[in-house]
Amino acid sequence: MDLSAINPVLLIASLMVAATPILLAAIGELVVEKAGVLNLGVEGMMIVGAISGFAITVESGSPWLGFLASAIGGALLSLLFVLLTQVALANQVASGLALTLFGLGFSSLMGQSYVGIKPPQMGKLDIPFLTDLPFIGPILFGHDPILYLGIALTAAVWALLKYTRVGLVLRAVGENHDAAHALGYKVVRIRIMAIMFGGACAGLGGAYISLIRVPQWTEGMTAGVGWIALALVVFASWKPWRALLGAYLFGGVTVVQLNLQAAGVAIPVEYLAMSPYLITIIVLVFLSRDKSGAPASLGRIFHATH
Amino acid sequence: MTTPLLSLQGLTKAYPGVVANDTVSFDIGQGEVHALLGENGAGKSTLVKMIYGLVKPDSGKMVLNGQAFAPTEPRAARADGIAMVFQHFSLFDALNVAENIALGMENPPKMGDLAARIREVSETYGLPLDPFRTVGDLSAGERQRVEIIRCLLQDPKLLIMDEPTSVLTPQEVDILFETLQKLRSEGTSILYISHKLEEIRTLCDHATILRLGKNVGECTPAETSARDMAEMMVGTTLQTPERSGRDFGEVSLDISGLSVPSPSEFGTALRNLHLTVRRGEVLGVGGVAGNGQDELLGVLSGEITTAPDAVKMKGQPIGKLGPTARRKLGLLSAPEERLGHAAAPDMSLTENALLTGSVREGLESNGFLKWGETQSFAERIIKEFDVRTPGPDNAARSLSGGNLQKFVIGREVLQNPDVLVVNQPTWGVDAAAAASIRQAILDLAAKGTAVVCISQDLDELMEISDSFAALNEGRLSAPRETTGLTVDEIGLMMGGAHGMEVAHV
Repeated sequence: MDLSAINPVLLIASLMVAATPILLAAIGELVVEKAGVLNLGVEGMMIVGAISGFAITVESGSPWLGFLASAIGGALLSLLFVLLTQVALANQVASGLALTLFGLGFSSLMGQSYVGIKPPQMGKLDIPFLTDLPFIGPILFGHDPILYLGIALTAAVWALLKYTRVGLVLRAVGENHDAAHALGYKVVRIRIMAIMFGGACAGLGGAYISLIRVPQWTEGMTAGVGWIALALVVFASWKPWRALLGAYLFGGVTVVQLNLQAAGVAIPVEYLAMSPYLITIIVLVFLSRDKSGAPASLGRIFHATH
Repeated sequence: MTTPLLSLQGLTKAYPGVVANDTVSFDIGQGEVHALLGENGAGKSTLVKMIYGLVKPDSGKMVLNGQAFAPTEPRAARADGIAMVFQHFSLFDALNVAENIALGMENPPKMGDLAARIREVSETYGLPLDPFRTVGDLSAGERQRVEIIRCLLQDPKLLIMDEPTSVLTPQEVDILFETLQKLRSEGTSILYISHKLEEIRTLCDHATILRLGKNVGECTPAETSARDMAEMMVGTTLQTPERSGRDFGEVSLDISGLSVPSPSEFGTALRNLHLTVRRGEVLGVGGVAGNGQDELLGVLSGEITTAPDAVKMKGQPIGKLGPTARRKLGLLSAPEERLGHAAAPDMSLTENALLTGSVREGLESNGFLKWGETQSFAERIIKEFDVRTPGPDNAARSLSGGNLQKFVIGREVLQNPDVLVVNQPTWGVDAAAAASIRQAILDLAAKGTAVVCISQDLDELMEISDSFAALNEGRLSAPRETTGLTVDEIGLMMGGAHGMEVAHV
């Protein structure tokens, strides 16, 4: 066992990378749930985003185009959820589960010819001088742009929900859709926008795995990250910064336990492997002990009766 | 008054199977408080929804200040100066007062400025409100203030109020009326919908009466008796419930020295409660809402269990028994909250009939349900209590409040209880239906049932009860015979040691 082999700078830098897919997906789902919709299809939208982004990056040679494609792919798949739940008024839980299963299968089909290919890499942000700072430089300034996008998105969603009229209307729709309708707000339209935003974010998160974190394509490579993101939204009490905290915590424990495994710590691998889930959930359960704050209309079907 | 503010001309709206409004025409004058009267299901709500742009009329037109007015959505109606306070408040519990108000405005100012304006307007109209309190923590009266102030901030020309007083305490009603008088003196017109005819007589300048979607007459409420208005609504002569002289039998229900904490965080604990009800007696329990009414019902129905001896029925201790066991013994109850407490909203009327009727009506055997008999039981309730619904397969949620009330009361009455406990039996029910519900309760008593009627409608209690007691902060006053009881005495009983005071702000 050699703990000195663990480099703290690399550790922190890589935990940020490990956390980003979860963060992206969670922020998207947070907006969806704030609008009163429970979309359990995050995993499916992520994996479709992952393969869309991967395929377009390989074909075009541009990771930027790839990420754009992944967002579009995720949003397109979420349109299926829109069709089921907002138009056909189907049950949201069942539709979300169906979306995940469909996404997993459909992505395998799409990805058949992409197995084993290495995608072109996205350049890292490299700011002369700043990136060269000792310790802080590699941690804060040496990452790919999408990682910063994830943090920026968290800040943007937080500000949007707290300070803007759009955010207020979105929360109102999630809180009491009948009242929002009576006041003349377009409940269904607002929810469709939120669902598509959630789909796009999940797609980006998926592509972050296939293009940056891993980077290659294998079937089912999101491996439950979408579910973690879903749980994170609940345990974060629908607060964006807590979602970020939870994602980084999960990413952090994941990276630490991998390092511990590599260092040969005398704890069975299975325990190490389950530790990120356990620790994240325990910490967030304690954080969310105050008012749960779930949007009151969450998961309820809206039907305008007139 | 030269030109009317709003003129409705031949408005018609039909839904599948029912014509909600059939060529309705009337005018609302400038600065007039105009009452819209009608039984449950007479089409009042549909009519105001058309004025507010939530529903499009099939034919007919509206003229606002001399100009054609056809709002396609509430936003458009609000822009033209129409504001509406809803019957079921359209508020967002998790948001604060200022946010709720901002949502009802087209171009809300910044939160800080809005909060200042809310304070200013609310104090001008005598409806104080803290803009930063979360709406979920407010009382019914305070919530209504939020709605009213939301409307007032837009300087409405016409304020529509759909049964605004049904959830208010008498003191809150007084405050509301002062506000409305003030608005009228400033030239705002008000379209006022209510079942409470006495209220309309004191407040309104003019009344239009709807029956089965048609305008069947207009009157000046101050010059028309409540009885005449009720008869115009119903279309037939109204029967006042009659009670025959009754002899009371032995004691059916006996509570002595009962104290229980409230199961809910914001409830009122019952303190040292004594009451006895004899066979054939109707005990009226008055008092302002929130003084232990729900808890009293819970203790009697078996939802709150107590020490066995605290509650006795015909001498038998039943304090530990749950609702089903008590039903078996003949103690039935109908709580106040119709949707979610008295009835399961998404279940059909047949299923709802089964939920409380299975024990006494024998609607199940060996764990299997007898759907046929249940359905005929439900049909019997619908028929005898004149519940307006296409049939027993409809969901409880689909019935209007008054109709569902008739159903939940009828369901208990038809099971021939030995003791019946009802809370607000005619809440939100129109005059004719209320009279028939009261008659049914009196008929039951005449057959020897002991009835406990908890209500906030003092007129109702005076009409049907033999003795009267008031709940105040969880304490029950000593019951008095109703005959000869004066309003002042009742006021003292209700106020307890504290006297009446203006609603807490």
